[in-house]
Amino acid sequence: MERSVKESVLKVENVSKIFSREEGSFGQKKLVENHVIDQVTFDVYENEFLVIFGPGQSGKTTLLKMMAGLEKVTDGIIEFGQKKISGPNPQLGFVYQSIALFPWLTVMENVEFGPKVKGEGKVERREKAQHYIELVGLGGFEERYPAQLSGGMKQRVGIARAYANNPKILLMDEPFGALDAQTRYMMEAEIQKIWQKEKRTVVFVTNNIEEALFLADRIILLTNCPTKIKSEYHVSLPHPRSYVDKEFLKLRQEITNNMDRTL
Amino acid sequence: MKILFKKNKYRLISLLSLLVVIFIWIFVTDISHAVSPLILPSPIKVIQTFVYKLQGGTIPDGASLLNHIASSLKVALGGFLAGVIIGVPLGIGMAWNQKFERIAKPLFDLIRPIPALAWIPLMILWLGIGYASKVGIVFFASVISATVNSYTGIRRTSEVHLWVAQTFGATRNQMLFKIAIPTAMPLIFTGLRLALGSSWVALVAAELVAATSGLGYMIQMGRMLGRPDIIIVGMLTIGVIGLLMSKVLEFLQKKFVKGGRLEDEK
Repeated sequence: MERSVKESVLKVENVSKIFSREEGSFGQKKLVENHVIDQVTFDVYENEFLVIFGPGQSGKTTLLKMMAGLEKVTDGIIEFGQKKISGPNPQLGFVYQSIALFPWLTVMENVEFGPKVKGEGKVERREKAQHYIELVGLGGFEERYPAQLSGGMKQRVGIARAYANNPKILLMDEPFGALDAQTRYMMEAEIQKIWQKEKRTVVFVTNNIEEALFLADRIILLTNCPTKIKSEYHVSLPHPRSYVDKEFLKLRQEITNNMDRTL
Repeated sequence: MKILFKKNKYRLISLLSLLVVIFIWIFVTDISHAVSPLILPSPIKVIQTFVYKLQGGTIPDGASLLNHIASSLKVALGGFLAGVIIGVPLGIGMAWNQKFERIAKPLFDLIRPIPALAWIPLMILWLGIGYASKVGIVFFASVISATVNSYTGIRRTSEVHLWVAQTFGATRNQMLFKIAIPTAMPLIFTGLRLALGSSWVALVAAELVAATSGLGYMIQMGRMLGRPDIIIVGMLTIGVIGLLMSKVLEFLQKKFVKGGRLEDEK
């Protein structure tokens, strides 16, 4: 890769996650443990597009939520800027699969939510929000409510909202998972374009191999639960990529063969 | 012509059913005299009485229609507002703060199933038959729906919305005012509508028992004086005002609940 010095912005070190809950009736309770993540270690480098790719129930979302500080690690350490992550951090933006726009706010109000919470002045945050609304191609839709938007448009708002908060890292949890195939292709191309225009460090979780290969600089392939890292791929194909390019298909075959099967 | 008819078909049917009822009413009273005017006065008589009372007539119940309306509205709105001012924050507080829920919910759950009308004897005993006792009764009628719906509304707050706010660095108070309360708004308004409805019901019941003016008092006097026309004028007035009040709330709801959300949307 052309990157000469890789600067790590986020470190995941020996991270494990075990969910435990009590089960059974009164008097004979037992602790049921669900080992989701098992000693995962990797770095996230500045301005890279990292895709975390794994089979259906591989704890990808759990891993991402721990990176966002929304979930506690059972063991190990996640460091962001030399500091241990102990809770949600505005520097770590999150884009959700369920989009999670606030239905009572307009597009503009949704996008300026982050800056507003931080206490930025109206003029400043409006200007910023306007910039990102236009970046995701939603100029003219500022006063619409989410209920008046299509699925793809909503996800654009979700991305603009995350961008407007100016995070160091964008964590995206299967953001296009709920979209139909057509819209999904369009959004994959769109996010790539947006990312080329305003580079951020992106960690993108998906269970779709095409999506992973279309977007990633680097792909981390996970195993089934309890999740470990199976292997890592560097993808140096130029953008915009083609789904039917020879190299693309070769890599796709290679990763698919290496991937765990799920039921 | 056919299309025009189709478009207005349902409106025509509605109008027709109303006209049929009025016609039967006229038929059994003024035309066939099958029913004694002491049991059911003719619609014309009711309209005459309505106009007379509206123009300030005080016979036979001692006050004009507008005075009765004003007196009832004062009680209903007083009790309703008290119920809302206490009930909405109570519901929000119980849903948002676990400690407060532990303290307040058992007490609330005990009071909740008691019908507002069961408070009438105690209220009269404590506060007499004046303004205060009736406001008290109406308060109990409205506070329950206001509280329950606000509570449920806050509980519907989406976890993911809270995560979003958290990752933007929102404080717990910001999450309450910017996420949970807006989420609850449609249900809070449903609560207000239900509270207004039960306020109005409780008011009329309270006035039937203990009052010296008001619409409930007016229909009670109508019964005692054998004036069914007064009773019917009172009842229709109660209906129309109830309808108007819920329309006002509907208007406010449209204004305050943003994003085209209905109360039953998840």
